[in-house]
Amino acid sequence: MLNGLSLIIGGGRGDVVNAVGSTSVQPFAEMLAQAYEDSHPDLYVDVQGGGSTAGLQAAANGLAQIGMCSRELTPDETKEFQDIVIARDGLAIVVHPSNPIEGLSLDQIRRIFAGEIRNWTEVGGPDRPVRPITREEGSGTREAFVKKVMGKVRIAREALTQESNGSVKELVRSDPAAVGYMSLGLVGGELRAVDVDGAAPTSANVLAGKYPLVRPFLFVTKGKPSEKAQAFIDFVLSPEGQKMLENEGLVRAR
Amino acid sequence: MLLMLTALSAISGLALITGFIFKEGLPIIAKVGLGDFIGSSDWYPSEGRFGILPMIAGSLEVTAGAMVIGVLFGLGCAVLLVDFVPPRAVSIIKPSIELLAGIPSVVYGFMGVVILVPFIRDYLGGPGLSVLAASIVLGIMVLPTVTSISVDALQAVPRAYREGSIALGATEWQTTHMVVLKAARSGIVAAVILGMGRAVGETMAVIMVAGNTIAVPHSILAPVRTLTSNIALEMGYASGDHRQALFATGVTLFVIIMILNTVALTVSRRRGRRAQGQ
Amino acid sequence: MKIHPHITQRLAVIAMWTLTASTLGVLLFIIAYILGHGLPYVTWSFLTESPKSMGREGGILPMIVGTIWVAGLAVALAAPIGVATAVYLTEYTREGRLTAVIRFGADCLAGIPSIIFGLFGFVFFAIYLGMGLSVISGALTLALMVLPTIIRTSEEAIRAVPHAYREVSYGLGSTRWQMVTQVVLKSAMPGIGTGIVLSIGRSISETAAVMLTAGSALGFPHSVLDSSRTMALHFYILSREGLSMTNAYATASVLILAILVINLAAYWLMRRFIAKVA
Repeated sequence: MLNGLSLIIGGGRGDVVNAVGSTSVQPFAEMLAQAYEDSHPDLYVDVQGGGSTAGLQAAANGLAQIGMCSRELTPDETKEFQDIVIARDGLAIVVHPSNPIEGLSLDQIRRIFAGEIRNWTEVGGPDRPVRPITREEGSGTREAFVKKVMGKVRIAREALTQESNGSVKELVRSDPAAVGYMSLGLVGGELRAVDVDGAAPTSANVLAGKYPLVRPFLFVTKGKPSEKAQAFIDFVLSPEGQKMLENEGLVRAR
Repeated sequence: MLLMLTALSAISGLALITGFIFKEGLPIIAKVGLGDFIGSSDWYPSEGRFGILPMIAGSLEVTAGAMVIGVLFGLGCAVLLVDFVPPRAVSIIKPSIELLAGIPSVVYGFMGVVILVPFIRDYLGGPGLSVLAASIVLGIMVLPTVTSISVDALQAVPRAYREGSIALGATEWQTTHMVVLKAARSGIVAAVILGMGRAVGETMAVIMVAGNTIAVPHSILAPVRTLTSNIALEMGYASGDHRQALFATGVTLFVIIMILNTVALTVSRRRGRRAQGQ
Repeated sequence: MKIHPHITQRLAVIAMWTLTASTLGVLLFIIAYILGHGLPYVTWSFLTESPKSMGREGGILPMIVGTIWVAGLAVALAAPIGVATAVYLTEYTREGRLTAVIRFGADCLAGIPSIIFGLFGFVFFAIYLGMGLSVISGALTLALMVLPTIIRTSEEAIRAVPHAYREVSYGLGSTRWQMVTQVVLKSAMPGIGTGIVLSIGRSISETAAVMLTAGSALGFPHSVLDSSRTMALHFYILSREGLSMTNAYATASVLILAILVINLAAYWLMRRFIAKVA
């Protein structure tokens, strides 16, 4: 929600590469864009948010050369677009640092967010109500969470809704009863990310495929990328670009 | 004449806005059915379910709470300013209250998140993000509106009323609550209703402190989502039916505000005519 | 036991003072809190650098520029139209159906929530007219938002100009247009100025409407067709995403200082106006 709808209609400069889409990918794309511009002073990469779906729309009608997506493409979408994995992001289940819970099973997480588990004692924790925090409808992070964890089960209507990774983090940090999901790369040191189905939420586990909650960060193009877009994509996939993403907590693409 | 054309700008702007909002929002209401739209509690856009009942309830509850605070403090300040304080103090207090109106809503929301929400959570219970938090923040935000319109209404009461009352032996306070407030009643009602309109329409501050759940709140410590938050939260990503449903939420909001505003304007115009008549 | 009216008066006055003092206390607290946390970080480099790393480091120059463009354009568009409307309503017509319609339009426009303006601006300016998320979309939307304020304050200012001025002007043989522009408007200027200045303040603080129309690009707006992020929106994003609390506070401090200056200017203008026509 935070970055509004960033459909770039009209405007835009000649030698600009426009990357539009997921707000989860955006901070990393922005960082890469800055590094890219530092080494290529004539080129400009404009990064905007708007959400994975908006990014795909922008790529579809040519308003952006690159759509940024934080979820896998649907079968219909793969027919229309080419996607390149630039990194993998774990989806962390985070709790307050004082929460002694070390790990949860996928089933427990689903039931917590569905509103069935209402007290932390039910999963071996202290006597506190469980307060699940979710993202807003349309967020790529929420879509990934729903796809990987909830399946067909609805998220409880009593779940608090926040509109960014940052505000989820802030809420979980200050409320001992809270539990939320957010991008693993953005968790930082103030929260605890629990093990899921026994697997610790580490980059190694994500790369090895042991941590189940993973989503790809995609750069999506309609057909073959333009020359300038390809140059940026190459930079992102280069060892230098991948190292930058790793430093920020993401997992490299390959 | 050119002047007349520019003068019609306000009304044509209004017509444009009304037209476009309704044009974008009505089709989905027709598709989903008005009863389902405003009567169902199921807001699950990914499933195509668009019921905004929790949001309507949320807006109403939060506004009611805001008005309790807004009227209490706003009217209190207004009465004090008009009849109980020397002009020197007025020239300091009145601009200060107007300053309160100038502070951006995102700053109010921020202060709510940083100070109010943790306080409610730690000392009153619940997640802190609540009807109460939203009501307090909104109450402070609409207070200047209530104050300034009430001050106008109170000042419009002819001096003769006050002097007559004092001459009969009443104290200033007795004069105020038995004579002045009654005489200014319709102006104050207009102030309250306009304040209500502002409270219903506020967005950013509410998103930050209300919790945004899609359940009808069952207590003032429970989280809530208002009509405005619903729009702002999901507008960024929405497309197709979902986006239309958000416009339809806007239509609902628009209708509510229009009703409130028309009532307020009728009430204050009547007051104006009555004062002139007498 | 009947309580002596003087005692009830004392209690009432104490109660009202408590309400007023707490209101002012809240105002002071907010200002002190924001400025206290942010002012130390409002350095020259903060004001003149661009943000780096999504705003974690660096400054807010593009936001300052963007805010000035959006708010400035909005008021530049709304002021002539608003003043012209006010002139038309006061000097060129008699009270009747047409004036009632125009006033109704302006009053309703004043009550519409900012998020509805945002929705309208998005669907009309950005999409239908093809302006995209840009400074101009934001400015046009905000212009509609502040138009009623300018109309209202200008009208009051013009009405306050003593009739004698007009009669003298006619007596000297001026046309109506000359009388209006050279006599009435000149005298009403400070009052009109107050409305304009307050509208600038309103435009700067606005978030919901600009979010959906001017977008949130971090870069410099090189033309009015570029998207730009205003300071209020930047503060919101910084604080919600937790990118940099110091930068968030600093941005908010700049905003608060701007609001203080604007309100002071409006207050000063109002006093000049009252001195002029009283």
